[in-house]
Amino acid sequence: MSGTELTLGRAINAGLRRAMENDPKVLMMGEDIGKLGGVFRITDGLYKDFGADRVIDTPLAESGIIGTAIGLAMRGYRPVCEIQFDGFFFPAANQTFTQLAKFRARSGGQLRMPVVIRIPYGGGIGAVEHHSESPEAYFTHTAGLRTVTVANPEDAYWMIQQAVACDDPVVFLEPKRRYWDKAQVRTEGTPETATPMGAARVARSGTDITLVAYGPMVKIALQAAEADTERSIEVVDLRSLSPVDYDTVFESVRRTGRLVVAHEAPVSSGLGAEIAARVTESCFYHLEAPVVRVGGFDTPYPPSRLEEHYLPDLDRVLDGVDRAFAF
Amino acid sequence: MSDSAAHEEQELIQLLTPDGESVPHPDYPLDLTAEEVRGLYRDLVLVRRLDAEAVALQRQGELGLWASLLGQEAAQIGSGRALRRQDVVFPSYRDHGVAWCRGLGSKELLGLFRGVTNGGWDPAEYNFYLYTIVIGSQTLHATGYAMGVQRDGALGEDGIAVITYFGDGATSQGDTNEAFNYAAVNNAPIVFFCQNNQWAISEPSERQSRAPIYQRAAGFGFPGLRVDGNDVFACLAVTREALRHAREGQGPTLIEAFTYRMGAHTTSDDPTRYRLSAEAEEWQRKDPISRVRAYLVREGMADDGFFAAVDAEAEELGARVRTDCRALPDPAPLDIFREVYAEPHSHLDRQRAEFADYLASFEGAEGAAR
Repeated sequence: MSGTELTLGRAINAGLRRAMENDPKVLMMGEDIGKLGGVFRITDGLYKDFGADRVIDTPLAESGIIGTAIGLAMRGYRPVCEIQFDGFFFPAANQTFTQLAKFRARSGGQLRMPVVIRIPYGGGIGAVEHHSESPEAYFTHTAGLRTVTVANPEDAYWMIQQAVACDDPVVFLEPKRRYWDKAQVRTEGTPETATPMGAARVARSGTDITLVAYGPMVKIALQAAEADTERSIEVVDLRSLSPVDYDTVFESVRRTGRLVVAHEAPVSSGLGAEIAARVTESCFYHLEAPVVRVGGFDTPYPPSRLEEHYLPDLDRVLDGVDRAFAF
Repeated sequence: MSDSAAHEEQELIQLLTPDGESVPHPDYPLDLTAEEVRGLYRDLVLVRRLDAEAVALQRQGELGLWASLLGQEAAQIGSGRALRRQDVVFPSYRDHGVAWCRGLGSKELLGLFRGVTNGGWDPAEYNFYLYTIVIGSQTLHATGYAMGVQRDGALGEDGIAVITYFGDGATSQGDTNEAFNYAAVNNAPIVFFCQNNQWAISEPSERQSRAPIYQRAAGFGFPGLRVDGNDVFACLAVTREALRHAREGQGPTLIEAFTYRMGAHTTSDDPTRYRLSAEAEEWQRKDPISRVRAYLVREGMADDGFFAAVDAEAEELGARVRTDCRALPDPAPLDIFREVYAEPHSHLDRQRAEFADYLASFEGAEGAAR
């Protein structure tokens, strides 16, 4: 058995290590990622083993991290950037949206941008302001970027390697409240033989309703499916947010006839809205009820003493399922 | 003249006066043959002509926009001719003179401004990256690239130096200051070449920076120099030295080329709304081309035949620019989807197929455009 039990955080660390071993052009860059190993210790030990030239402790300037990563990519490197927290991504937004995402198209394919932006995202750890946001819709709205997230250690291990190997810029969203979740990780094989980064996964089969979730919400979706003894809930873990694997989503909805999409981000103009629109266009005659969205409110992320009310929990997800059946 | 202005004047590195007199500088010796000086003169005249032609083409509706380099020829040709083949350039969007030195022609340069491409050339072919519109962004790309050069061990006598171009307005941007800092802490092999043309669209440089730009380098921990940006000799000598410094692993240099934008920011603005004509007249006396011409005549390095030949060459170039511009083909509609991603992206693939079907539905229809 080449599997091993790892937390999601350690699985990313192991995946990064393997990517660095396999390709000398892979670099880590970010704030405090060297001796400290990052504030969540995701790069723990890499500085010691690969040195300061490959694990670059940057000045405290997010635009600089992404901007210099672009230059390193132009020189043939594959930088993996760590943004310390979701709320600190925004100073780097200009370099990401106006430069990184566009260079390939601008150059007619002459420039490759194999840059990964790792961001610990989402709430649920009792953090202070700017440490609990879900910015995925900004990324999925931007052409030229790929956006993925992971819900379990095995995906974390393989998808970070696939993201590093990808010639497109990839925003890799790490659900920080799941960093400490443990599971068996199959480590034999290569990134090419693992489930592709772009594919959704049916995390639990069901027949009555489809529940689409991703990242930190997958665990809650599975709990909801477990808790509901009356209805058979199918849970689809999207994994890739841009592109979404609509084939898998449509196939599921055509079988179940009902859909709930759950995410932590505010509902308005969020990924749930996009999925609802697509499913309505493509599966209209299979739907027994309107698509229901369960998500965060259209407010700034609240102080952590209120986050249990803000974040969709088991009951809110089940309430969404009830609404889909009440129609 | 105030004390501080007098001090700044003293700091200005100049090798050729506006009257065309050579003034040797102890730190920046420059030993050019007559042929090399004639070559610089030719470059200056030709890029001015290329620029004038592009302005005219914009007025004729052939280009959507043009950012004129008029007045900044010496800063661009001087620094551009200091580069070695292997050096790598990260330009802003007005650096047509540097592009000229890298071997780009009107076919490459006009595409962005005509709207047939958002790029126009292969950066690797020319060691000249794409024009950057979002002010200052390229300074970070250059710094990252230089960090890569460093990691590749590509320094030393035959090594690579990186240079990035930006204006005085860009020094207000966070990215430019982050680039200074990243380059400094990494000791990156880079030259920051600021063309201070005194105006960021309608805002004078005193609205951009309280401190003289070149002095800012000291705060980041590397040398900063102010050079007469209308003096092609000084720009060449100082840039050559800064590139050597970078190549030898001694880290970044900031060069502030003190120059003047004689025209509008782009063909879209009207400088008469925000500045006085007396200012332009004063700078006219410091013209980068006339002083080299005066030097060539004074030194007996060129005769009327030479100047006539350069003028004739400029005429030919003008005609070529016009022809090249009009010959740039419009892209095909489905090119919108080209090269957005390296690998298939199902959303885009679906949209492309739908749009192709939509376009095909017009085929054979009366009056269909394509």
